[in-house]
Amino acid sequence: MAMTRILEWLGRFYIVLLLGFLYLPIIIMAAMSFNASPFYQLPFEWTTDWYASLWQNDQLIAATWNSIEIAIITTLISTVLGSMASLALYRYEFRGKKVLQALLFPPIAIPWLITGTAMLIFFFGVGIGRGLIAILLGHVALALPYVIVVVSARLQTFAPELEEAARSLGANQWQVTMRVTLPWIMPGVIAGGLFAFAVSFDQFVVSYFLSTPGQTTLPVEIYAAIRKGFTPEINAVSTIIIVVSMALMLLTARFFKFGGEK
Amino acid sequence: MAGVQVANVSRSFGAHKALDNVSIDFADGGFYALLGPSGSGKTTLLRQIAGFDFPDAGRIAIGGESVERVPVEKRRIGMVFQNYALFPNMSVADNVAFGLSVRGEPKATIAAEVQRALDLVQLGKLGGRKPHQLSGGQRQRVALARAIVTKPRVLLLDEPLGALDKALRVDMQIELKRIQREIGITTIFVTHDQEEALTMSDRIGILRDGRLVQEGPPEEIYDRPQSEFAATFLGDANIFRGDATGSGIKLPDGTTIAASTGASVPAGAKASCAVRPERIRISTGAAEPDPAGANMLTGQVSKRIFAGNNSTYFVDRDGQTLKVIVQNTGAERLAEGEPVVLSWSPDSTVLVAAA
Repeated sequence: MAMTRILEWLGRFYIVLLLGFLYLPIIIMAAMSFNASPFYQLPFEWTTDWYASLWQNDQLIAATWNSIEIAIITTLISTVLGSMASLALYRYEFRGKKVLQALLFPPIAIPWLITGTAMLIFFFGVGIGRGLIAILLGHVALALPYVIVVVSARLQTFAPELEEAARSLGANQWQVTMRVTLPWIMPGVIAGGLFAFAVSFDQFVVSYFLSTPGQTTLPVEIYAAIRKGFTPEINAVSTIIIVVSMALMLLTARFFKFGGEK
Repeated sequence: MAGVQVANVSRSFGAHKALDNVSIDFADGGFYALLGPSGSGKTTLLRQIAGFDFPDAGRIAIGGESVERVPVEKRRIGMVFQNYALFPNMSVADNVAFGLSVRGEPKATIAAEVQRALDLVQLGKLGGRKPHQLSGGQRQRVALARAIVTKPRVLLLDEPLGALDKALRVDMQIELKRIQREIGITTIFVTHDQEEALTMSDRIGILRDGRLVQEGPPEEIYDRPQSEFAATFLGDANIFRGDATGSGIKLPDGTTIAASTGASVPAGAKASCAVRPERIRISTGAAEPDPAGANMLTGQVSKRIFAGNNSTYFVDRDGQTLKVIVQNTGAERLAEGEPVVLSWSPDSTVLVAAA
């Protein structure tokens, strides 16, 4: 009896510790974005000045928009291309298929620092150079394997007779894909899209290599700002991003019931 | 509606000959069973007729029109799959509507046709359900409704009852037969269940190792099998092997067995005789004599299995175990170990060339 109670108590303590470990730094950061002192001095003094001055920081706002745009375009491109690639790998037998599938995994494991260097050299070689286009291309390349892996995993649970049944009823390839296969793999496509968005939006290393001073993404801009001297504006912009992305994640989880198959 | 002609169709997968020069004529409106053990090529043949796969050689025609290079979506066939293959994201009604909807039929026509098809399979009220909310038998009916709502020229069924339990299977056999008669559609049915093939079909084709072994009405195949394989695969049979005498065979121990049906095998060649267990009379020998010319053997009962309306006797005779089925007529039952006389008419004995 007493033993069980102690274990229960320990369990609760552990959960609190875990959540604290995960969320305390974020909570402190969010709190400091409302603190008047730029040097984290206490006592806490409420202010929204940092949000106001964030509004004046054109460079940070421009970088934020760049990040959002690049992340959305990366998500769209890599989700469409990745899903198509997964379908092709699922449906067709062709020479070198095994090699191709094996080659999809290393980019996930190769350090971004090395990928970034390689891309920088490559983009200069082919004349694209640095800038937002280069960043976008780089992000798509980074995100694609994630989408393919996630969508392919979902396709493994697909019953091929469903496509055959649809064809026997007179559906052409396009109708089969749009009305039978795609609805089945949709949770995988959305999960892959979220991965792609996260890979792009979080991306620092590759973006850092490929950006030019005027044209950059939010993580690179934050890094540059911190190097010049830390301001609580960074806390403010980070807090906004956390709130927005957590809301997005919760909404998606609610609508698509991840992991649970009806 | 249309008949289906398969002529000299062959199909290999690598070195494996899945179909070897198969020809069958499926009559318009008939119910045809393709029967065979797994790996016999029956499903491969069905897939050639459906158009999921194309033959290496040979012709396939539906309603007189050559289709061997026409893909499945253009063949106007209906197919029921072993695991039903219902679209899990669609309701029952949407599943049934699929074939009409991809053709671009007007919504009102689709709704009416779907309702008619669901009524036909007695699921008129379940259109709004999702497939996972249905029982196995109901899913089967939905799959059938979905396959026939497009008014296909031929209905193909790939072991459609395999996933159902015994009682439900018998219900569905009757139901399937009723629906087939009602719409009069040419139906080709793949099964490995001989009972199902016997009870449901107008004609049966038996396949083995990619070849058509025998083809004909169930009664004909059962009564006059043309090979040991056909005799033992469709129903039970006692097989005697020996040398042909011209009017039967001579067993290695000198006993002769007269056969008045079956193939004509030249005297001296190896041949076999097949006898159905229910055609053999079993007695202690003391009772009334058998009619003249009857085949007669002696043996010893090694085992008796009582099944209510009949009993199966296993009789040992010269190293061979023979099977005899006796209807429960109230006559005295024989005990295990008892010496017995087996007799049967040459008319019940089918001569086949040795395998």
